[in-house]
Amino acid sequence: MKDPVIQLRSLTKRYGNHLAVDNLNLQVHKGEIFGLLGPNGAGKTTSILMMLGLTEPTSGTATVCGYNATSDAIKVKKKVGYMPDSVGFYDHMTALDNLLYIGRLNGLPERQLKDKAVRVLDVVGLAEAGMKKTATFSRGMKQRLGLADLLIKDPEVIILDEPTLGIDPTGVKDFLALIRKLSREQGLTVLLSSHHLHHVQQVCDRVGIFVEGRVLAEGNQASLAQQLFGKNGYMTSIVVENDLPHPWPLEAILKAWEAIDDISYQGNTIEFRCSRNITPALVRFFVENDCNIISVNQKNYELDDIYQKYFETGTSKRDYKKTV
Amino acid sequence: MKPAQVKEITKKQSEAGAFAVMLSKEITDHIRSWRFVVLIALIVLTFIAAMYSSLSNIMPITGNSHDPDHNLLYLKLLTVTDNSIPPFHIFLSFLAPLLGIGLGFDAINSEKNNGTLIRLMAQPVYRDNLLLAKFSSALLIISSLFIVLALLMIGAGLILTGVRIEPDELFRIGGFVFITITYVAFWLSLSMMLSIVFRQTATSAITAIGLWLFFTIFYQIIVNLFLRSLLPDTSQLTQEQAISYNDMVLNILRISPNQLYTDSVTTLLMPSVRSLGPLTMEQMAGAIPSPLPFTQSLMIVWPQFSGLLACMTCCFALAYCLFMRREVRS
Repeated sequence: MKDPVIQLRSLTKRYGNHLAVDNLNLQVHKGEIFGLLGPNGAGKTTSILMMLGLTEPTSGTATVCGYNATSDAIKVKKKVGYMPDSVGFYDHMTALDNLLYIGRLNGLPERQLKDKAVRVLDVVGLAEAGMKKTATFSRGMKQRLGLADLLIKDPEVIILDEPTLGIDPTGVKDFLALIRKLSREQGLTVLLSSHHLHHVQQVCDRVGIFVEGRVLAEGNQASLAQQLFGKNGYMTSIVVENDLPHPWPLEAILKAWEAIDDISYQGNTIEFRCSRNITPALVRFFVENDCNIISVNQKNYELDDIYQKYFETGTSKRDYKKTV
Repeated sequence: MKPAQVKEITKKQSEAGAFAVMLSKEITDHIRSWRFVVLIALIVLTFIAAMYSSLSNIMPITGNSHDPDHNLLYLKLLTVTDNSIPPFHIFLSFLAPLLGIGLGFDAINSEKNNGTLIRLMAQPVYRDNLLLAKFSSALLIISSLFIVLALLMIGAGLILTGVRIEPDELFRIGGFVFITITYVAFWLSLSMMLSIVFRQTATSAITAIGLWLFFTIFYQIIVNLFLRSLLPDTSQLTQEQAISYNDMVLNILRISPNQLYTDSVTTLLMPSVRSLGPLTMEQMAGAIPSPLPFTQSLMIVWPQFSGLLACMTCCFALAYCLFMRREVRS
């Protein structure tokens, strides 16, 4: 197996009593697009800052491109492009000047610099806006310029912190397509963080779910569902014509089925959590009991459900421990 | 050369290069900013007003043979006034801080608020390079400003009066410019430090201006107020006691950087000033009323000058310390 480009070993960061990042272990391989998915305040930005040596970890090590990010920060920064969540530029300078400044700071030779800056602007689709002052840029344009800013130094790894924040839906789509294209064409390793899972779903090869400073699960979408929901992988929801009474007389009969783990109902909707796929049997049962079915829905786990389950309920950690 | 050597050299170049790139960008920013134009206009106007007032009064003063300094025309140009406005160096003692504050108060926190600081820090440059570039760029600009003003003054004096400049005068004016630059550098490093401490540019600006007003206006009043209530009545004291109390008051006043600056430039620009404290009659006995040589004046102000330099270094070191330890995040 290849050496991972980013390797975090039991990385921990503590602010006073607050544990921002808790014993984080993570590997990202070359050419991969890795998504760090988590709600606000989960410690995503802190982890990223530690990978760049902008924050010292309390314990553990972050190794990026073979260098220790804490002690060899300059070498890491040479190879890694980082775009913060609120990327800012010098407003009084043009987009091109902003790029040239960053290029010079990276020690790029002056002769090729201008051509390169123009080329990079073209790649991100800002060729016409190059001579405009960045004060006039929209959020989406700034984000693109931020990407150009990374590309000008020919990075091996790019790290994007909430890159889709505050851009309109078409902008997001284009932006993610651009990232994917760049990653595939230039073999870039990409690590992006987001709390917006649809964006992550669209573009990432692998996803790590990050809550309260720990990674709950990592892998591609299928293996994530497997990891998180284990054997209880089947959900069927049935909507009937009339609202169900409370308590519902048929519940006791259904509870006796060995394949059903859990039943919940509200209004005219009943949800079953089952260990096998028993949707046909359920439908037959409803018909036989004179319940008029309006719709039957068999859920496949998407990141959405995972998201719902772990972030939006306040009890994420407790739930997680129960499932595992 | 071996490849390893070449690599080493290019590495060194790129490190020095990053500082040079930052420095040139900062200087460009300063020169193109409105703030700088306003500050320069302020200093230049002060200079012109002071020069006008001294040029129109220079005749009777150079003719006054009771004044031991009357031959030193160029020093007179800087210090003589018709009492309607203070002389240039006194003006500077309260305007120069404004120059330093104006150029430094938003050095770091504006970058931070714009989101450019984290982007810079993600580049392969050392953190201290940024601080050093900000400090040196402002200092370079200020130095050029004062050197230009001094040279203009000397040139204009030469053309208007035709009097030859003494080497002693040149040294004294050079010393004056140097101390002024150090004084501005102190306020610059103080305001830069505040720009690291406070997140909002407005807070750091107000704090710096508050300190400036405190030292220029209130400090003296407060010291006098306190000491008057604490010290015994001077009429009941022996001469030695009075002198020791006086020394104490002076030393307390010297905590203020303004006082240090005014003391040192006054001594440099007025060669007849022999001491910054009180002199007894015995000490004065036998003294010839003539200007002191430059080296003697320099010796008198050396403690003041090193005090200013120390204040500046302390502020800058503190700024470094705070900035290096600060976690940068947007």
